[in-house]
Amino acid sequence: MPFSRAINAGLRAAMAASDRVLLMGEDIGKLGGVFRVTEGLVAEFGDRRVLDTPLAESGIVGTAIGLAMAGFRPVVEIQFDGFVFPAFDQITAQLAKITNRHEGAVQMPVVIRIPYGGHIGAVEHHQESPEAYFTHTAGLRVVSPSTPNDGYWMIQDAIASADPVIFLEPKSKYWQKGEVDTSARALPLHASRVVRRGTDVTLVGHGAMVTTLLQAASIAESEGTSCEVVDLRSLSPVDYGPILDSVRRTGRMVYAQEAPGFTSLGSEVAATVMEKAFYALEAPVLRVSGFDTPFPAAKLEGAYLPDADRVLEAVDRALAY
Amino acid sequence: MTTDATAPSAQTSSEPPTLVRFLQADGSFAPSPAAEPYLELVEGLADADLEQFYRDMAVIRAFDVQATNLQRQGQLALWPPSYGQEAAQVGSARAARAQDHLFPSYREHVVTRIRGVDPIDIIRLMRGLTHGGWNPFDPKNGNTHIYTLVLGAQTLHATGFGMGLTLDGRCGTGDPERDEAVIVYYGDGASSQGDVHEAMVFANSYRTPEVFFLQNNQWAISVPVSTQSRSPLYKRGEGYGMPSIPIDGNDVLASWAVTRTALDEARAGQGPRAIEAMTYRLGAHTTSDDPTKYRTSDEEESWRRRDPIARMRAYLLARGASEAFFADVEAESQALADDTRTRTNALGGLEADSMFAHVYSEAHPLIDEQRRWLADYEVSFAGGAS
Repeated sequence: MPFSRAINAGLRAAMAASDRVLLMGEDIGKLGGVFRVTEGLVAEFGDRRVLDTPLAESGIVGTAIGLAMAGFRPVVEIQFDGFVFPAFDQITAQLAKITNRHEGAVQMPVVIRIPYGGHIGAVEHHQESPEAYFTHTAGLRVVSPSTPNDGYWMIQDAIASADPVIFLEPKSKYWQKGEVDTSARALPLHASRVVRRGTDVTLVGHGAMVTTLLQAASIAESEGTSCEVVDLRSLSPVDYGPILDSVRRTGRMVYAQEAPGFTSLGSEVAATVMEKAFYALEAPVLRVSGFDTPFPAAKLEGAYLPDADRVLEAVDRALAY
Repeated sequence: MTTDATAPSAQTSSEPPTLVRFLQADGSFAPSPAAEPYLELVEGLADADLEQFYRDMAVIRAFDVQATNLQRQGQLALWPPSYGQEAAQVGSARAARAQDHLFPSYREHVVTRIRGVDPIDIIRLMRGLTHGGWNPFDPKNGNTHIYTLVLGAQTLHATGFGMGLTLDGRCGTGDPERDEAVIVYYGDGASSQGDVHEAMVFANSYRTPEVFFLQNNQWAISVPVSTQSRSPLYKRGEGYGMPSIPIDGNDVLASWAVTRTALDEARAGQGPRAIEAMTYRLGAHTTSDDPTKYRTSDEEESWRRRDPIARMRAYLLARGASEAFFADVEAESQALADDTRTRTNALGGLEADSMFAHVYSEAHPLIDEQRRWLADYEVSFAGGAS
């Protein structure tokens, strides 16, 4: 099943399980969303469960907060990553803090779905990686599935969460197919996962970058280097268990991400791994990132986005210590 | 009551012809043409209702003055005075039914009190003991939501809540005893915020049972309303497709009657309404600013002559209210002020550990780890003298 259909199926399952779950966003009804993730849901559940909203991101998130106060579980779609910023105040200053401000008396089971990241050659504001803004904000949970199976289960778990969840969908993966086991979930929402075993270097990343890491590991193997690959899955909180276990075995780690490296998720994970597994490390934790520039015009994204070669260059550096 | 001949003319010089007013500045009952549709409603008010309006206004002013003093004496981090805006607030809050939900901004002290919130909960917020202060869903707080300090953000929350009422069929059933509505408070400064405009778009698109209650107190800290808008603010509501009515915000009867009607209509499923209450904050925006730097004493004086409490007092006296009634209100005012001071001074501190509570509703490993670290760190000082 393609990734986008898997999320669609997850949304359908959550909506069928509870009539308090409703979807909100621009063009998510008859059009099914610009990536068709919500396709068919308005026909199935009606326009009182799938709301084609006015074109106003702060309005969408702000009213979702009010709906949550009224006992609903809204799932908001932000059409593209770069369009989340008009809703930034409602997400970071309101949604994230409402429970805290109410001293626990009001819960905020709101999910904000954001298609994010590059690799699709889109125009300005249509491919960015804003995850660090949200992982920096207390009160939010941030996750990013990278496979159809995770898309199916993690969206349901995000909807079930009593806390607000920023749900980052790597848009370049929407058409990627994979097995979906609808009978049982493999992991809880906030668990990281080893997706490839290896012994020499631990490669860690999230979202679309997991595919890049697997490519790099495959090439490295042909050159005699064994890489372990960990999919973060949950960006906040981070599940450090599998990462630290891996690093203690390999002694080396590379974190790869599309976002700029400065004060990024990779920076945080690298710092924590160095604090907690310092004596196991044979080399400093290295980061492979987008550059500290605005996401470039599409014709340059190949130069901006880390690819398998840039990951392997870091692997070589780690091994050289 | 001394009547200043210049005051009524100052009051009528630039106001819209549709302004709803029952009481003139001198307390005389003289409904404006726009007030006619509401006349029967107001005439149905009992003496006890009218006296309650006055009591609400006078008592909260005493509280407000006391809280301002407490801030000056270092007991509070900040105080946003409601001095001068009592009529707009009391009329609108008394117009709401018990089942309605109220979303204040951060100056609606008497609104919260009328709904049952303990005024000390506002003091706790302004003293730095909480970011909220009360649970909106605790029945004793009358469905009154907590203050929101980011201007206009609550208008979207109220609108979303109203959308929820509509989706759940909790309005427009034809049963006014059961139907629910939402009222949201904001100011002339907040009216420039995008969130207010987006809230109005959503409210009209989804026909929320909602009243947008704008208190135009003429100043956004030091910036006059003319910088917020070149057209009367109530006209913006019309532009979004909802009936919008300007009222004399210093006339508690106008505030009550128009809000009552707007809430009834909203509750009945007729969609959102907007009210602009023309009022004036006689105090500072908060205790952090100095109004003498940005406005004239002439202006303040002209509004002082339109004081909502003095106006209502004159009206009640003319209707024959007793001296005993006013003495009783004065005693209650003093008692609340005294009680506020006593209880403020008795408020304790906070355990550091409490900062980790309620960041998330579900367990969070980072929070748990930091909570343990701080506890261990503090314990490490316990036997430190050895």
